[in-house]
Amino acid sequence: MADITLRVNGSEKNVSVSPETPLLWVLRDTLELTGTKFGCGAGLCGACTVHVDGNPIRSCSTPVSQVVGKSVTTIEGLGANGLHVLQQAWIAEEVPQCGYCQTGQIMSAAALLAKTPNPTDEEITKAMNGNLCRCGTYERIRKAIHRAAGAVERPRETAQIDGDEKHENGGAR
Amino acid sequence: MSPLSRREFVAAGVAAGAGLVVGFYLPHRGASQAEFFSPNAYLRITPDNKVTIVVARSEMGQGVRTALPMILAEELEADWKQIEIEQAGASTLYGDQTTGGSASIRTTWDPMRKAGAAAREMLISAAALRWGVPRSSCAAENSRIKHATTNRSLSYGELVAKAATLPIPTDVPLKQNKDYKIVGQRLARLDTPAKVKGEAVFGIDFRMPGMKFALLSRSPVIGGKVSGFDDKESKKISGVSYVGKIGDSAVAVVADSVWGAMEGRRLLNVTWDEGPNKDFNSATAGYAPMNLEKAEALRKKTAVLYSAGEVVKIAPGRSISGVYQLPFMAHAPMEPGNCTAHYHGTKCELWAPTQVPQDCRDSVATAIGLDPDQVKVNVTLMGGGFGRRLEHDYAVEAALVSKAINAPVKVIWTREDDMRFSTYRPASAHTLDAVVDASGFPVQLSHHIVAPSISGQKGQPTPGNVDPDLPDEAGPVYGVPNYAITYTMTETPVPLGWMRSVYALQAAFALESFIDELAVAAGKDPLQYRLHLLAKDQDLQYFTTTWKTARMRGVLQLAAEKAGWDKPLPAGHYRGIACFGCFASYMAEVVEITMENDQPRVHRVVAVVDCGQVVNPSILEQQIQGGIVYGLANALRAKITIEKGRVVQGNFDDYPPLRLDETPTVEVYAVPSIEVPTGIGEPAVPPIAPALCNAIYAATKKRIRALPILNS
Repeated sequence: MADITLRVNGSEKNVSVSPETPLLWVLRDTLELTGTKFGCGAGLCGACTVHVDGNPIRSCSTPVSQVVGKSVTTIEGLGANGLHVLQQAWIAEEVPQCGYCQTGQIMSAAALLAKTPNPTDEEITKAMNGNLCRCGTYERIRKAIHRAAGAVERPRETAQIDGDEKHENGGAR
Repeated sequence: MSPLSRREFVAAGVAAGAGLVVGFYLPHRGASQAEFFSPNAYLRITPDNKVTIVVARSEMGQGVRTALPMILAEELEADWKQIEIEQAGASTLYGDQTTGGSASIRTTWDPMRKAGAAAREMLISAAALRWGVPRSSCAAENSRIKHATTNRSLSYGELVAKAATLPIPTDVPLKQNKDYKIVGQRLARLDTPAKVKGEAVFGIDFRMPGMKFALLSRSPVIGGKVSGFDDKESKKISGVSYVGKIGDSAVAVVADSVWGAMEGRRLLNVTWDEGPNKDFNSATAGYAPMNLEKAEALRKKTAVLYSAGEVVKIAPGRSISGVYQLPFMAHAPMEPGNCTAHYHGTKCELWAPTQVPQDCRDSVATAIGLDPDQVKVNVTLMGGGFGRRLEHDYAVEAALVSKAINAPVKVIWTREDDMRFSTYRPASAHTLDAVVDASGFPVQLSHHIVAPSISGQKGQPTPGNVDPDLPDEAGPVYGVPNYAITYTMTETPVPLGWMRSVYALQAAFALESFIDELAVAAGKDPLQYRLHLLAKDQDLQYFTTTWKTARMRGVLQLAAEKAGWDKPLPAGHYRGIACFGCFASYMAEVVEITMENDQPRVHRVVAVVDCGQVVNPSILEQQIQGGIVYGLANALRAKITIEKGRVVQGNFDDYPPLRLDETPTVEVYAVPSIEVPTGIGEPAVPPIAPALCNAIYAATKKRIRALPILNS
């Protein structure tokens, strides 16, 4: 066990975990940021993707000790001022089916757009190929990234987001 | 409408089975101020005009939390923006709550419509009484009752108190399809915003105070048992609080974090009694019919699934045969198995990502010695299901561990656990025989299926030696005059499960590859060949489904038209086509490929479905695109092998799903229809493998008779 200070979504967090603990489990279990998902534990599926200093990494295979002093962004911190343009595009294109992989998909896409504001299809494929989706939402993912790329400079689109989480009172209650 | 007393209504509801069901929210008869109006278990309206619709199926991505409420809201004439949904846990109010068999719309279409219509009629009556006007002069619209002649209206919320005092009608009028305002619309899914924000609570995300985490070490050999374990090293891991045997064949490691439990399990040393399957190899087990010829006992178990004309006598003509084989496959949903259980004395509560809440309830009750009504099952969101969560193993494990430690616990499976301790799509072998006439068309066609029975292995009834899934999944497609489908039930030690489209994938691969072979042998275009076999309007009766050649012809023709079947392709591009029917829906798919380094690259798929009335076109498109991506992975690479009783594959590197770079454009079309809705979750899966293999044949003249393609 070690006392570790992390910077997550802009805030300092003190955790007491063994240094080799994967960042994924510190985020999910210790900090209760469960938007980041466990899919394979081996860096093969991308469901656990978060940003470290702006770069997409697989948190399931990254010991927490490696991110000390760095800035971690999770899906919960992606849209600092409301929904990120990609989240809006994901809603507009109705991308998610089960939704489990989608936060990791969005984090990979956000890292892509930060560096490549108008990606080609090839650039999208290269950036997103590490993110698996068993529901097969890939085609809409590609559309949503193009939509977001086109909307980066535009004001927030809200037309299709009236179905908000107020509806989502199912799940674990 | 004939009002019934509550007692009569209860009886009517029970008699109707899946019909109107009386809810746990009893109407407030005679109450001066009702808090809500709930004429049945699916619906609650409160004075603030909120309409809450209960979803009694599980959401695994297929959109039931949106599509099922749309059906009720349509008949209720509800304002869709005011709808809230509530997930039902295991209950006695909704009949069978199993989510599978592409059946959620099919089995709730009537009860949801009737529930909405009954409430609508009561709200109309309430308004008519309030205004002292005839019912016929009032109309429901957008969560209000309107009286046009006096230009008055009242919201549903304002009518709650009165409506709750009225008798519940039974024989309610239902809307005609042409009047639908909600059903058939591309409405946004209600669960999307939470899912893109990371706020959606999947089973694995559920937390409760004092909750521990557990991983189980399970017998690496199928059917093996624990003979002993050494937990000295495990207990050195910080936070590991318990190590103990769970059942005969697993040891649980409990910790205060997932990582602690993972580390504890890694250091656990279990010795196994490997049992009777320690030498089992799937490669040599053999389900091929050639083996069957020698197995008299199995031959006696052969059942006739479908029979038209006479196939025993060989008709005059040329004989053509083909044998097709498929391997075991794993569902591999993105969210690995998990369940949270809280056992406390005389009760156990579960938070389960499950397709079978009632089975979880009953199985857990048996496992931990409680009555079913002492077990409460809450249904969480699921990160995919594909049939894997039709099992209850994760729930039973969680309950047993919770009982052992007397505390709430979440059992989590790793990806390797999911891959190696799954229940697999049955391996199968198929013999196709045809006798063709001078024009090359079959006068006689038989399809013999050899596969173990999923239900049979689980000890469920298999009347007449027919696996009970086959009636939904292995029906006839063509109007061949002499046509038989037969099935021989085999056995395997490999755990079997229902995987998306179940036996339809195998049946379609075999039949539709073979039809392509016949077309090639006849020197005919594969589309025209199929259309010829469907040219006559015929009803093919298969168990309780009447397959109509006209509807299959319809999807094929539309797919060919949209794909430009009669137009030339760019150099190096090739097409394949296939069609199939399952879960009462008709599907045709055209695949366009190129070959690169002897491997197919799929560029475009045109998919056409006839599934009756479409409820939500956007969700339908998701299901078809998703089904094709899933089916392509099955066709190209999915193969589970067992060596020395152990599943070989462990993660997404040796069981690789499709990725973005391999995903084609999928164009989806639905035949306009006002027929009763049929399945949509699975029918897109079966035609894609044969359509792809037929395209590969067009490109290479190489016929693929065994899946996966990249293994052939």
